[in-house]
Amino acid sequence: MSDEEDIILRDLNDNDLVDQIKDDLYDGLKDEVFEGVEILLERKWEANLILSDVLVEAMRIVGIDFRDGILFVPEVLQCAGAMKGGMGQLRPILAASDAQTSVGKFVIGTVKGDIHDIGKNLVGMMLEGAGFEVIDLGINNPVENYLAAIDEHKPDILGMSALLTTTMPYMGLVIEELDKRNILKELPVMVGGAPLNQEFADAINAHSYGRDAAMSAEMARTIIGKNS
Amino acid sequence: MSAQRHKCLIIACGALAKEIVYLRRHLGVADEALTLKCLPAEFHNTPQKIAPGVEALLKEHRKHYDRVLVAYGECGTGGALDTLLKQYDAERLPGAHCYEFFAGAAQFEQIVEAEIGSFFLTDYLVKNFDRLVIKGLGLDRYPELTSVYFNNYKQVVYLAQNEDEALKQKALGAARQLDLDFLYKRVGYGDLATELEAFVQEEGLCGSAHKDQQTRQLKTKDEDHVSC
Ligand code: B12
Repeated sequence: MSDEEDIILRDLNDNDLVDQIKDDLYDGLKDEVFEGVEILLERKWEANLILSDVLVEAMRIVGIDFRDGILFVPEVLQCAGAMKGGMGQLRPILAASDAQTSVGKFVIGTVKGDIHDIGKNLVGMMLEGAGFEVIDLGINNPVENYLAAIDEHKPDILGMSALLTTTMPYMGLVIEELDKRNILKELPVMVGGAPLNQEFADAINAHSYGRDAAMSAEMARTIIGKNS
Repeated sequence: MSAQRHKCLIIACGALAKEIVYLRRHLGVADEALTLKCLPAEFHNTPQKIAPGVEALLKEHRKHYDRVLVAYGECGTGGALDTLLKQYDAERLPGAHCYEFFAGAAQFEQIVEAEIGSFFLTDYLVKNFDRLVIKGLGLDRYPELTSVYFNNYKQVVYLAQNEDEALKQKALGAARQLDLDFLYKRVGYGDLATELEAFVQEEGLCGSAHKDQQTRQLKTKDEDHVSC
């Protein structure tokens, strides 16, 4: 980024700077977002405030415009890249501060047979932004992986993602397995992915269906009682 | 005979148009006995547009035809296409997507089972790789996203409809561009041919066209794939 732009960002007052960072994140400008966050930190902004009021808020708008067909997948990925950069700056600060304890644990993974992960990664990012500790199992997860992760991490919520018509039913299979083992009544399961809908989520007995990343993060907070 | 013959319509994804025209000719079906109407292949990347697109055509044309075949798989419409087809008494090709019905469900599963990180191409996708994959995913604008999209992939699997050395080379180039291995499988027209053949046989459309010299040549060349 050029010195000239550098000076302009630093010249902005807090409100204008926040608006500028949001715009830059929307435009997928990674370096600019990084620098904006740096300036806010220098101005003694709390890391969790930067995360929730600037980065997450900007990404929420991105999500809405994606849903409404104003932004497309490549643009969303650029935005996500910019957000990731900003979060990378904040993470060590958040981890070091006593104030920031996780609101809950969320295990998330794409189901067996499916290696789509863009949506899952976005949801993971927004969950982290909403204060969750996210354990990401990656892609192509058989039921055993979910069971092992539940055993190891004792999550508050389990999330599954599927983008293929052929892999969606596998979510039902995992839920059945959880039910058989008496885990389901204790562990809310959230499901998501473009071809899913509420009807499908209900049919497979999922606790809830997350249409997009921002809404899913809000729902997750509500599920664990952090939104009331 | 032509007086009582049913009038049939195929509503197809643009990615199958050329293949259907070929098969129609190959089966000796007159163009006017089996009308073809297409929707843009770009709907691939925005499957939420598929059902509304098909519905617009059904609304306009369903009443003029005795039977309608929709040449789409489920294609990630989340059940919307099937609900619509029931409403309009139309049918579609079996399977989740075109890769599955070109390869045949068993072979498709076998390939994915052997290597989950498989990205499939067909003749149409090879020919239109730049438009549908590179531009469609925004890789022309953001080449750095290639690794974000294809990080989980190991190989490009070219499910070829026709033996064509130039296309094979182009597919190999596509694999190189994505930095993936290359696997070539000549699968022909698979279930698309079987389904279409069954359809025209049931409707008694075979032989409705004069078999010109060109058609006869096509039939001899590909005798092993389609017969009617
Ligand atoms: C990008 C993409 C790809 C990329 C994947 C890159 C990656 N790393 O993930 C590439 C190009 C590599 C790819 C490959 C394939 N794809 Co693809 N892909 C898409 C596409 C265009 C967009 C998906 C996407 O990333 N959307 C963006 C994100 C942000 O949205 P999202 O995933 O819906 O996620 C949001 C919500 O759903 C929700 N959410 C998602 N997960 C979760 C989880 C939880 C717990 C919660 C609460 C919420 C939630 O929140 C997210 C954020 O807002 C879709 C079409 C579409 N528009 O859906 C086809 C699509 C899903 N793919 C499809 C196909 C067929 C394939 C391939 C087989 C194609 C091929 N040529 O080989 C392979 C799959 C191989 C395999 N074994 O899995 C089909 C599926 C058809 C079907 N019947 O199911 C689709 C529908 C395209 C089509 N019409 O043909 N694909």
